[in-house]
Amino acid sequence: MEQKVERVLKRKSDYDYEKIAASPEFQSLIRKKNKFLLPVTIFFLLFYFSLPLLTSFSNVLNKPAIGDISWVWVLALAQFIMTWTLCMIYVKKANRFDADADQILNLHNKTKGSDRS
Amino acid sequence: MSILGLFFFVAIVGLTLYVTYLASKRTNSASEFYTAGGGLTGWQNGIAIAGDYLSAASFLGIAGAIALFGFDGFFYSIGYLVAYLVVLYIVAEPLRNLGKYTLADMITARFNQQKIRGAAAISTLTIVLFYMIAQLVGAGALIQLLLGIDYWIAVLLVGVMMTTYVLWGGMAATSWVQIIKAVLLMVGTIIISFLVLLKFDFNIMKMFTDMKSITPAGEAYLNPGVKYTNGLDTMSMMIALVFGTAGLPHILMRFFTVKDAKTARSSVVYATWIVGIFYILTIFLGFGAAAFVGSEKIIAANAAGNMAAPLLAQALGGDLLMSFVSAVAFATILAVVAGLVLSGASAFAHDIYGQIIKKGNVTEKQQMNAARFASVGVSVFSIILALGAQTMNVAFLVSLAFCIAASANLPVIIYTIYWKRFNTTGALSAMVTGLVTALVLVALSPNIWSPEGTAILTGTALFPLTNPAIISVPAGFIAGYIGSIVSAKADERKYAEVAVKANTGLK
Repeated sequence: MEQKVERVLKRKSDYDYEKIAASPEFQSLIRKKNKFLLPVTIFFLLFYFSLPLLTSFSNVLNKPAIGDISWVWVLALAQFIMTWTLCMIYVKKANRFDADADQILNLHNKTKGSDRS
Repeated sequence: MSILGLFFFVAIVGLTLYVTYLASKRTNSASEFYTAGGGLTGWQNGIAIAGDYLSAASFLGIAGAIALFGFDGFFYSIGYLVAYLVVLYIVAEPLRNLGKYTLADMITARFNQQKIRGAAAISTLTIVLFYMIAQLVGAGALIQLLLGIDYWIAVLLVGVMMTTYVLWGGMAATSWVQIIKAVLLMVGTIIISFLVLLKFDFNIMKMFTDMKSITPAGEAYLNPGVKYTNGLDTMSMMIALVFGTAGLPHILMRFFTVKDAKTARSSVVYATWIVGIFYILTIFLGFGAAAFVGSEKIIAANAAGNMAAPLLAQALGGDLLMSFVSAVAFATILAVVAGLVLSGASAFAHDIYGQIIKKGNVTEKQQMNAARFASVGVSVFSIILALGAQTMNVAFLVSLAFCIAASANLPVIIYTIYWKRFNTTGALSAMVTGLVTALVLVALSPNIWSPEGTAILTGTALFPLTNPAIISVPAGFIAGYIGSIVSAKADERKYAEVAVKANTGLK
């Protein structure tokens, strides 16, 4: 059963995925992506959970920040600003990754014929 | 029910039915039915995602929660928004590149096995049912109040409408219903917020100062702790909110309606802006309702505070605004339930019938028939459940759906895309453990058990938290990890294919 599925997939696909995956261009794209995605993800999760952690286990955010607006509202608003900012940064970065991905595809499309035989 | 109110309702029903009629002419293949042929543009899908996401729980529920509990109500707004970063950074693009119609398609792109597809379909159906019952119960209660008709008629009305959209118009009609709803909801929310600000002389500082003395909570109203006093429970809820969105089947399905990862990306950006602006405005809805309606009147209309927004509309803009806002709330519910029917139907017709029972040997016509039968089936089943669930707490059902999505779906999505060593056993154990842990812990929680008999059953809850995400989400991740490392090695060739496809969009 398993083997049958494999064969069907192989016939359908024209690409040598392992070869692309092992290519230096692809490896470098993955490295670049991880170098961006991982730290930012860790940052926004820490920032996000800092709010409920601080409200649940301390009272520091109850102090007034601006007039009668306490720090908890300031940190909450900061979450919104963070989300929009990281959203824009992501798009900028991802457009650059797109160019890299296109390059990889072009490179391997040329050798597609020889892979198939 | 005023003539004005009737006018808005008929206008919304008429407009959405017209859109469905237009969509029905081109809905003649499975791809059209499930994904509108993948032909939506970034902004269309972005608005539709917002329309799919901003449910009655967001509009009516959060406005009420902020009105009654101040900052504690605003926690929802924050969690629901930051969740979009998880969607954008981790899930959206690989999902678009790997999937076709359903979440199961994406996971089976790596593990082509029936049991994996089956597990993914079952978790999808479970989430859809909980979410759907929540929406239908909320819809029934709301329309009952707004139109003065019986609960069961109200549920049937919404049920018939959602089935009509999906059955004849498929994803194209559903998307446009969601777009129309998102626009109406934003217009309504902006008008109310403007009127609230007008009352405070456009002075935010004055608004906060006034809020300190207006509500029964006094100064505490502006600080956290009015509603959430158990820190672990608050953390648990925030985990469910931020990780749940990226596992919600009806949101994930929206990414298959665009042509490529780049468009999926731009649609998340549009959605994040719209959803974010909306959630900022929930402050004005909530504060306004607390100040100009008053918590006594809000609780008298509905104990959970769900009527805060319509009552505020009446206080500020009279019957005209009240009628408009009520019609918007109605459209809000319709758009969300239609999306839910579609994702439930796809799990049933495409995954269980088409791929598992028929093993992919189905004609276009059989696929369409199965999809339509499944849509009716999902609708009828959830209507029946909703009719019996009138007294269930809506917010609890929605948070449970988020919790299951975060526990059963997200771990397997992340591992499938990013972890080379992940394998079939890991995938299965992650999904089953996440789903079962979430369900069992809820069954033992204070939502179900209360010593005073205020919950469904009388007795002491064995699990102390109302939201189990803090346990069940890590459980899903750990089970996926352990399942993978104790079993046979992963198929590295297959992972190479998945990694290349996910990162380059190669087909």
